Amino acid sequence: MSSQAIIQGIVGRFHRDRGRLIDILRDVQAALGHIPPEAVSQVAGLLGLSTVDVEGVATYYHFFTPTPAGRYAVYLNDNIVSAFKGRAAVAEAFEKAAGCSFGETTPDGLIGLHSTSCIGMNDQEPAALINGVVFTNLTPVKVRAIVAAMKAGRPVASLVKTYGEGANRSRLVRSMVRNNIRRKGPVLFAPHIAGAALRKALARTPEEVITEVKKANLLGRGGAGFPTGLKWEFCRKEKESPHYLVCNADEGEPGTFKDRVILTERPKLLFEGMAIAGYAIGAREGILYLRAEYAYLRPHLEKSLADLRAARLLGRRIGGRKDFDFDVTIKLGAGAYICGEESALLESAEGARGEPRDRPPFPVQIGYLGKPTSVNNVETLCAGARILEKGADWFKAMGTPRSSGTKVLSVSGDCRLAGVYEIEFGTTVWQLLKMAGGTEAQAVQIGGPSGTCISRGQVNRTIGFEDLATGGSVIVIGPQRDLFDVVHNFMDFFIEESCGHCVPCRAGNAILKRKLEKVTSGKGTAKDLADLEAWGKIIKAASRCGLGQTSPNPILTTLQNFREHYDMRVRKDADFIPEFDLEAAVKPAASVTGQVLTAHEEAAHE
Amino acid sequence: MSNITFTIDGQSCTAETGQTILEAARANGIYIPSLCWYEGMKPAGSCRICTVRVGGRYMAACTQPVSEGMAVENMAPDLEDMRKALVEMLFVEGNHMCPTCEKSGNCELQALAYRYQMLVPRFPYNFPVRRVEPAGTKILLEHNRCVKCLRCVRGVKAKDGRKVFGALHRAGRKKISVDPALASALPDRQAKEAMDRCPVGSILKKEVGFAVPIGQRKYDKTPIGSDIQKAEG
Repeated sequence: MSSQAIIQGIVGRFHRDRGRLIDILRDVQAALGHIPPEAVSQVAGLLGLSTVDVEGVATYYHFFTPTPAGRYAVYLNDNIVSAFKGRAAVAEAFEKAAGCSFGETTPDGLIGLHSTSCIGMNDQEPAALINGVVFTNLTPVKVRAIVAAMKAGRPVASLVKTYGEGANRSRLVRSMVRNNIRRKGPVLFAPHIAGAALRKALARTPEEVITEVKKANLLGRGGAGFPTGLKWEFCRKEKESPHYLVCNADEGEPGTFKDRVILTERPKLLFEGMAIAGYAIGAREGILYLRAEYAYLRPHLEKSLADLRAARLLGRRIGGRKDFDFDVTIKLGAGAYICGEESALLESAEGARGEPRDRPPFPVQIGYLGKPTSVNNVETLCAGARILEKGADWFKAMGTPRSSGTKVLSVSGDCRLAGVYEIEFGTTVWQLLKMAGGTEAQAVQIGGPSGTCISRGQVNRTIGFEDLATGGSVIVIGPQRDLFDVVHNFMDFFIEESCGHCVPCRAGNAILKRKLEKVTSGKGTAKDLADLEAWGKIIKAASRCGLGQTSPNPILTTLQNFREHYDMRVRKDADFIPEFDLEAAVKPAASVTGQVLTAHEEAAHE
Repeated sequence: MSNITFTIDGQSCTAETGQTILEAARANGIYIPSLCWYEGMKPAGSCRICTVRVGGRYMAACTQPVSEGMAVENMAPDLEDMRKALVEMLFVEGNHMCPTCEKSGNCELQALAYRYQMLVPRFPYNFPVRRVEPAGTKILLEHNRCVKCLRCVRGVKAKDGRKVFGALHRAGRKKISVDPALASALPDRQAKEAMDRCPVGSILKKEVGFAVPIGQRKYDKTPIGSDIQKAEG
């Protein structure tokens, strides 16, 4: 079949719906291995869009490529924990065996090597996605075997020989990913009987459901901690209709992977939570926005939805009630951290570039397709279901006065037992380090790059909204690590994942990184540290969304908590050292003209 | 009908429901420096130069609606320094060579730099390699100067409502592009409008000269904002 016929078929399957542009481009990328300019023009023509609209989306997301990504497209995670666990050797093995460098595709188009931001496998790094299939705990030996199999033309799925525990082994997942649930708490990982929570919720009015969730003091688990009951109430009260419920399953904060495990082991608890939220806010439609990296879970999630429909817990007349229909559709992303921000997520769910919207208006007022929408985190919706099942008092009895319940943490890095821990709020970092076997840590990154880096002296701080609020990423940094490697990695991440809309985030972070490089290369002075701090504050204050407002945190929180590391790098003997090496720069020209002129001599002439 | 009262730097102002801080400020004769904002277009909130402070929180005046009793800080020294820093970021991010630019004197970025008495930006120059790109038959895109304000994206539409301009890529690679067919079909009037609305010299209409000499252009005579700001006593 010709490319044109393939594209025609794909666009037809999505009924020429512009709102499905990302789905369309995902399928074009999968079918053709890339999205060439001709495909952009054809899709634009079929959808009645301008080419620049389609190209704008096709160039925005990481997993869309304008040139062939390789019949085997390898996406190797490049976050810092991957580096801790031997990424450099794995990357080198890929390059040697495949015969091309990262960022390239082999001349025959067989293998493409790409770096990618955190894929949610920090507890089993180095990890890579190959045509969407997850490969974990990679070593150079394993890589050579994988590349040999690719060269032999074997299907990617056939390279997965061992399976993880639990649902990872099930027929619909068949993945080597491990859950690594290290600590089961009563909210997320206690046994779940489908329907128990939903039946109790439907015995009450939507207002009563909201009251119960408010009484339980459930705060958003994505990290921002907005009161869930209040969000539902705001959404319910909006007069526009219909209302939508959107579940944010786009956890992209480097180091977080707890939603992966919840989606694997508790999908029905989540969907029940979505139905309860839908009932509370008056929505009939729910959308699970799933990050592209977790597309391997989609068949498993679809099966859970089908089971729930069969049990009359989703679909029409839920629980036999004539007035309550609710169902869930899954929408996939295409690789963009910023889509975890709720308004960017909505843009993406509508098929556009995932750039944040201005607020106000908030999504509860004007959200998905311009209608009132509640966007909630995976873990939040699960906790909501448990609150309805077991009561607000049960929930509030756990945690601290300000932070009720439990939190699922993703712990990775330099610790013996990386994995998922469901702990009560109020747990100290030290207690967590003991559980995970990471007590040697020189530093702990709480909340991922956008969070805060704490020192050993601060390990008695507690996880909770009153102290260390976090979406759940905890990265243990051992004494053998150079803290600046971590900071550089995090800044590179923000520079790459900025949507590029606003000036401070787009231009500022690159400037900040360059200044940091000046300091770490030994050319910094006290003035440079003052600049880092002042410029970081400007970026935080002026940026448009949470990404920019937190992007200088890797620098600012280490400046605050590890000042001695910076002080050791700066020169005390000078007020100013140029970033620019004049002697090196004029060397080629000087050698041509035969001049021997050093920077110092030149300065003396002036 | 003015039904909201609020203050800017202590001065009492009035506004209508739904007005943004920036619109209301203008109506009250107060200039809040801005770059991406353009009268009549949906605000983009992209340059952040109009950032003001309300109750300790920073917000873009062009996107934030006024509310009753709001106390807006506009000319605080640290806000002005932040705005200057944002202008400087734009200067180092692209390649802005005022003496050879067609827009010199009419350029809003240049005018802001004068306003803030920018001599050398505090940030190191990036000197990116960017191209000058023919965008259809009517216009050129001078990417060296583009500040991604999205005025062209927001303001220029084809007859059938389709976008002529759009943004590609993300992060520092973000750039403006066109649908070549739609850009070629732009009537001369609209192509000129696109050029005039561009705050910098990034959109150039082909085959036209520049009638007004440097020295007699808009910001050569009066500084940016002086048309809005009431004469101070």
